[in-house]
Amino acid sequence: MDVSQDELLLQVKDLKKHFPIERGILKRTVGHVKAVDGVSFYIKDGETLGLVGESGCGKTTTGRCILRAIEPTSGEILFKDKETGWVNIPDLDKNALKALRRNMQMIFQDPYSSLSPRMTLLQIVGEPLMIVGIKGSELEERVAHLLQLVGLAPEYMRRYPHAFSGGQRQRIGVARALALNPRLIVADEPVSGLDVSIQAQVLNLLVDLQKTFGLTYLFVAHNLAVIRHISDRVAVMYVGKMAETAETNELFTNPLHPYTEALMSAVPKPDPRLKMDRILLEGDVADPANPPSGCYFHPRCRYAQQRCSIEEPLLREVRSAHFVSCHFAEVLTLRGVVSPGMPA
Amino acid sequence: MDKQDLLLEVKDLKTYFFLEEGTVRAVDGASFHLMRGETLGIVGESGCGKSVTAQSILRIVPDPGKITEGEIIYHRRREDNGRFSLTENVVLTDLAPHGPEIRAIRGAEIAMVFQEPMTSLSPVHTMGQQIEESFIIHQGMNKAEAREQSLDILARVGMPKPEQTIDSYPHQLSGGMRQRGVIAMALSCNPSLLIADEPTTALDVTTQAQILDLMRHLQDEMGMAIMFITHDLGVIAEMADRVVVMYLGKVVESADVDSIFHNPKHPYLKALLNSIPKVGIKSDRRLTPIEGSLPDPYSTHEGCPFRLRCAEFDPVRCHDEDPKWIAVGPEHHVRCHQYD
Repeated sequence: MDVSQDELLLQVKDLKKHFPIERGILKRTVGHVKAVDGVSFYIKDGETLGLVGESGCGKTTTGRCILRAIEPTSGEILFKDKETGWVNIPDLDKNALKALRRNMQMIFQDPYSSLSPRMTLLQIVGEPLMIVGIKGSELEERVAHLLQLVGLAPEYMRRYPHAFSGGQRQRIGVARALALNPRLIVADEPVSGLDVSIQAQVLNLLVDLQKTFGLTYLFVAHNLAVIRHISDRVAVMYVGKMAETAETNELFTNPLHPYTEALMSAVPKPDPRLKMDRILLEGDVADPANPPSGCYFHPRCRYAQQRCSIEEPLLREVRSAHFVSCHFAEVLTLRGVVSPGMPA
Repeated sequence: MDKQDLLLEVKDLKTYFFLEEGTVRAVDGASFHLMRGETLGIVGESGCGKSVTAQSILRIVPDPGKITEGEIIYHRRREDNGRFSLTENVVLTDLAPHGPEIRAIRGAEIAMVFQEPMTSLSPVHTMGQQIEESFIIHQGMNKAEAREQSLDILARVGMPKPEQTIDSYPHQLSGGMRQRGVIAMALSCNPSLLIADEPTTALDVTTQAQILDLMRHLQDEMGMAIMFITHDLGVIAEMADRVVVMYLGKVVESADVDSIFHNPKHPYLKALLNSIPKVGIKSDRRLTPIEGSLPDPYSTHEGCPFRLRCAEFDPVRCHDEDPKWIAVGPEHHVRCHQYD
């Protein structure tokens, strides 16, 4: 890895999260859903890492493990704390975790279910501040400032979420996440519940806030166009494994994993003049409770050979800062995304 | 436009919902037409009335919604000695919503596919029972014939192992397989129009590609027209021959798909095309959003529905005057004062 440790904010090493499948009244464990199965990546300080994949690939679980919203099964999650240096998040006790969580916040997908209907904006946005002991007029001032930052009028402070549209609610969620001045924000599908014309407003807000506060984002999404727009680097997951990570333009123009190629080919492009032959994958995404042998992608891969069904490929650096888990990454010539000729 | 090939006409359709809080003008004077065998894309954001338009055509507008004005004319073709010759015009808006005439058309001649396959399938019946039902009701087959036909249609929609899946319950199938099942049901009676309301929105992108490909193939094979309703401009570009753009219950622009993407006229459409990030382009990091948000659905107003968010707003005309439907090219119309 030719990235120095000083540049990094987060390193995830061989992260696993296995959910037990329980049967019968005795809750016997009969198997495991390997939602995240040995994932490694890093995030540089101040950048946006886009984490992309289809439903069930483990991208949300990965995000939640980093915040320890759910307990990882194994693996290391190293976070660079300003005072104490590198800490391994799974090792922290309750108090240390609480202290560290000021540095890490989450933005959720559904702005309707993630905000309590019985709390005013002052309570929702102010809750993290109250927990650290801020109250009274200082609290109101801080909340007013946060609301302004995300483009909402401070007068709305005493209103309830139902009075706001989807885009405005997502702004409320962003204001809450910013309350404690975090360094890392895990944004889980923050725009996929919004209308197209509103998505751009929220994406712009996130970019502006990143510039102002030097935030680092782990941006989890399934929409490749959004991922390409917002990310400095991209990580592609498939059935709990990391398929490929690279700098955004490198990944989109020069993919090295057949799954990445198929995924990019499958996205409908908003230009009728771009009629390209599409790579259609056969079958469905593998079941993480009962994954195939070898490379999990081999039953759907059009380049698969015998080795792929036997031996699991490991994530390795094939080009500079471009990691891929495919046995044949060096020999395959894969197609990147086609640039449309239309005016942007 | 060749009258012979006209399949469906929607004329000044108004579908309102009368609620205690006020009246929601879900569809407020929409007009468009569909030709035989073509794919018409209907695009718009939530609340623009695209789904209610489809419900109005099928006469399944839920209470307290009502079609208050306008006509929907279905040009039905009758087979006569193996040749299509007779065309009769059925005014769908005149039919009783539960009457025998519309029930003979709905699900048979005009079929539909909805967004979420899990909610449009019965969880307590097998795929086979649900597909067979349509053969039994609409084509008067017996059980054995219906099962044979169901196996055949399942194979045609690319369902893996039809002999097994026919006896599966929906929860045993993946999202893509369920949507294949729903499409099989819709196509069982060889419809002349398939209304697809966000048929791939709930699916993963690689599964979406499979389903879109399937729909194109089946259209080539069976020749039905498709009314493809979606908010996804990428899907529209890929599937549609012509496009109707809706905003707040009104059709604001309609044209062939190439003009929609390469020569858009309405400020809303132009702004919408500018606001979406594109997978093929790495631009600078700011997008051009459409300012503001959709107005409260109960509000009623004169003038252009987009005026509050429009970058090219003219304070005099746009505020008070309803813009007219103006031809800006062959088959290209726009509802905006600029082109008057």
